[in-house]
Amino acid sequence: MLDQPALPNRLAQWFTAQGWAPHPHQIAMLQAQGDALLIAPTGGGKTLAGFLPTLAAACNSLPKGLHTLYVSPLKALTHDIGRNLARPVADLGLALRIEDRTGDTSATTRARQRVDPPHILLTTPESLALMLSYPEAPRIFPALKRVVIDEIHALAESKRGDQLALCLTRLRTLAPGLRMAGLSATVENPAALAAFMGGAEIVQADPGPPPDIAILPTTLVPPWSGAGGAYAARDVMAAIAEARLTLVFINTRAQAELFFQALWAVNDENLPIGLHHGSLAREQRRKVEAAMAAGELRAVVATGSLDLGLDWGDVDLVIQIGAPKNIKRLVQRIGRANHRYDAPSRARIVPANRFELLECVAALQAVEAHDLDGDGRDPLGGLDVLCQHLLLLACAGPLDADALYTEITRAGPYASLSRAEFDACLDFVATGGYALRAYDRWQRLVQRDGLWHLRDPRAARDIRMNIGTIVAPELLSVRRGPRGGAPLGEIEEAFAASLSPGDTFLIGGQTVRYDRLRDMVVEVTPQPTREPKIAVFNGLKMATSTELSARVLALIGDRSAWDALPEHTRDWLRLQSEIATLPRPGTMTCESFARGGQSYFALYSFAGRNANQTLGLLLTHRMEQAGLAPLGFVVTDYALLIWSLEPVRDPGPLLDPEGLRNGFDDWLGGNAVMKRTFRAVAVVAGLIQRNLPGGRKSGKQATFSSDILYDTLRKFDPDHLLMRITRTEAMRGLADFGRIEEMLASRPEIVHSLTPHVTPFAAPLMLEAGRVPIRASGRARLLEEEAAAMMREAGLQIEAETGI
Amino acid sequence: MDSLDFSFHGQQFRARASGALSWPRQQALLVADLHLGKSERMARRGGALLPPFETAATLARLEAEITDTGARHLICLGDSFDDDQAAIGLQDALAGLCADLSVTWILGNHDPRPKALPGLHAKEQQIAGLSLRHVARQGPDISGHYHPKLRVAGQRHPAFLIGTDHLILPAFGTYTGGLDWPCAPLSALVPEGRAILTGRRAVMVPLPLPARRKSRFG
Repeated sequence: MLDQPALPNRLAQWFTAQGWAPHPHQIAMLQAQGDALLIAPTGGGKTLAGFLPTLAAACNSLPKGLHTLYVSPLKALTHDIGRNLARPVADLGLALRIEDRTGDTSATTRARQRVDPPHILLTTPESLALMLSYPEAPRIFPALKRVVIDEIHALAESKRGDQLALCLTRLRTLAPGLRMAGLSATVENPAALAAFMGGAEIVQADPGPPPDIAILPTTLVPPWSGAGGAYAARDVMAAIAEARLTLVFINTRAQAELFFQALWAVNDENLPIGLHHGSLAREQRRKVEAAMAAGELRAVVATGSLDLGLDWGDVDLVIQIGAPKNIKRLVQRIGRANHRYDAPSRARIVPANRFELLECVAALQAVEAHDLDGDGRDPLGGLDVLCQHLLLLACAGPLDADALYTEITRAGPYASLSRAEFDACLDFVATGGYALRAYDRWQRLVQRDGLWHLRDPRAARDIRMNIGTIVAPELLSVRRGPRGGAPLGEIEEAFAASLSPGDTFLIGGQTVRYDRLRDMVVEVTPQPTREPKIAVFNGLKMATSTELSARVLALIGDRSAWDALPEHTRDWLRLQSEIATLPRPGTMTCESFARGGQSYFALYSFAGRNANQTLGLLLTHRMEQAGLAPLGFVVTDYALLIWSLEPVRDPGPLLDPEGLRNGFDDWLGGNAVMKRTFRAVAVVAGLIQRNLPGGRKSGKQATFSSDILYDTLRKFDPDHLLMRITRTEAMRGLADFGRIEEMLASRPEIVHSLTPHVTPFAAPLMLEAGRVPIRASGRARLLEEEAAAMMREAGLQIEAETGI
Repeated sequence: MDSLDFSFHGQQFRARASGALSWPRQQALLVADLHLGKSERMARRGGALLPPFETAATLARLEAEITDTGARHLICLGDSFDDDQAAIGLQDALAGLCADLSVTWILGNHDPRPKALPGLHAKEQQIAGLSLRHVARQGPDISGHYHPKLRVAGQRHPAFLIGTDHLILPAFGTYTGGLDWPCAPLSALVPEGRAILTGRRAVMVPLPLPARRKSRFG
């Protein structure tokens, strides 16, 4: 097919009939001889470009069997693509069978697809991994000609990308004639993405006109703290009324709920506005998606669940409530507004508080300077993901270690995997990899005739149920009333545990009252007239880039740059400067105050989340040694807030680098950050099962916390593979000590303010989610005081007697 | 405090922060739900290969408790083994323990048959008017089985539950989870009384817990 025409006649005629001309990058994708990576802005016809070679081939009729596999990060995308492909296929009268296969596909359909696959299969990385785990895999894939990977920039950033890369190399082994097409939004480093694909020709589309981004002028001033943006509801409403279709993005689910309510409260014209986020029940989300596609909505309030290039044509305005946290994300989100390729995208930002206003101004300056955040890609793929992959392949059939090692090093993220690391992963999967060789008789994989076999084939079912690399917090479904009422959505188990009967919270845009938890279902009663008492459940947690943090510090520290800020924000900075010293480059600014019987210490480092997290662990260690009884800390990209039973009076000795380093390793080993990381690693690597056949019926007695496994390994086998992976991973979320030392050295001047109360800067920190508890003397003291108070209240003495 | 004294039906007991119960007048130490051999049982069934150190960890803690209390009798209140087969592999590991003191193995739902181990194997034992059994029934009795836990000041702790009719021990085994009071049937067995939280310290609280204002950062 070397002299393939630019476009088969039938396809060319179809384009003309639509009144379109193919973009040059679409033709380039059609003509690419090997694997290709397309970098194009949203609206550039990426998906069609990916499918053009398939449609061209189908013009000459395709043999039976799987020809093209489409992989996307979201189930919703596969539905959408199926719908979009249906039209050209029908217009051209192509004999193409297109089906999707996701977690929602029925077992019967999936079984049929294994025997009789369609020409085009639309799927997700997890479903692909599952298909590869079946013994039928070598019969499903050999005729496969093309793989289209959509939104590859989003996948490549995570463990899902590692898993996908491993699955793709397996596909290459099964189907040697395969060609891949990666489709990506604008990224800073396309070469890294091409390497992720194992090498590919890069096709760059015309980036189109620059986006039109600005801060939405508001009639009211933003509050000092808070994240909801409710103050701007009227202004947002007015902007929605002027546009055709508006997407309102907000950072967390809770904020989406609250803002949706605030919008409806001022929706005098009764414009149709929907709500879409990951905590809503699937049926509810589908309803909103369908209404949006049918053009029945004027606006949708959404979180990250709508965040990936859904091709919903008519959006002409994007409004971002709250700081966009990361510049690249902002630009990609805005790419969604106005899918006409030649018209600029329009976006307006609504800072939720005055701190965020600073961030927004800095972010806009960065966009103007074309200063996108770097695409962070780790040098080596996750070894926990590799362990899961080995286990899955073992479910499909016996493994030849040498051949498998060669195959795996062809995957971009694993190109530098050493044989020793590979062997350690195989050993973990087969024997547990413990210093104490306890499982000689009960190995998971056993070697026979030089090949590794699954010892107990019945285990394959459990293994398949634990596929995936997204370790989300346990979710509980929320239903109205007892016994099978309407599903309203899901909340995190930890949030459910904090509720007492009678507490009210928001879900699905309505206020409900918590009644009880039964069989892992949260039962609630709608309470439309009541104000929600609790509205904090976590959505996505996003990190601001270090670059943006530095820009914000420079903005605060330089009074001459304040001209770029609105009057109210300048007032707010002045107010902070009256009660405490303002941070500026070169200083380490901190303040102490008391509140509710506890002492707070806020440090404005502007060093980024990772460095602040590390600093939090180090400083709490020093405070524990100094007898200040720290209870916990929380970080943002700008600051660190520690609360303790005793106040910090002199931060100088605490911040001394020498002292910080002492005992760091031991303290680091036992902390909550490490345990949280271990849990995720252990789930992905298959040590902890999250899905048991038959659902979560097993009582709490049978399951025990992963913390126990962590503590046991730390004591008896500290160099175990999973402990090594945990340390590596935790360090990615932390800064290494060298960087902390460097930062402290570059900020020799420590400025400490003792303030009479919470400062304008510290107020938002008090509300920040993601607190890290410190389990040490402070908590022991709190517990004993609490227990003693309870005994007094109940009129009991410790020596009291019951029963005779 | 490493331990807390309390009385139950006229007998003086000492709840240890480890989750063991000392009975000084009987020179006895009581523990519940050791679940020895749990990791091996999981592996045998084709499941995950858990770190195989929990038996060593549990026995090391148990031996430290025996030394500290000077107990002459050890009473294990059932589910000492994660299943009967696990006990077979552990005879050597337990030989030293069984040689130094007299052991009573109460049978549990996980280990319902008597084992080839020295000591008394029984469904129940009566001492000083109290029934010692695995699952609480007609009181007054001392039992285990439920792995009771209690959430206080934002943290879950394994806990002794001390009611009018029942004294229920927390699980002593390393690989054990727990059931929160007041989940059924714990709230029915011990509707009110006291609990002793275990962990770093032994700390007593009343049951039910008085409603207290939640501290925001607690």
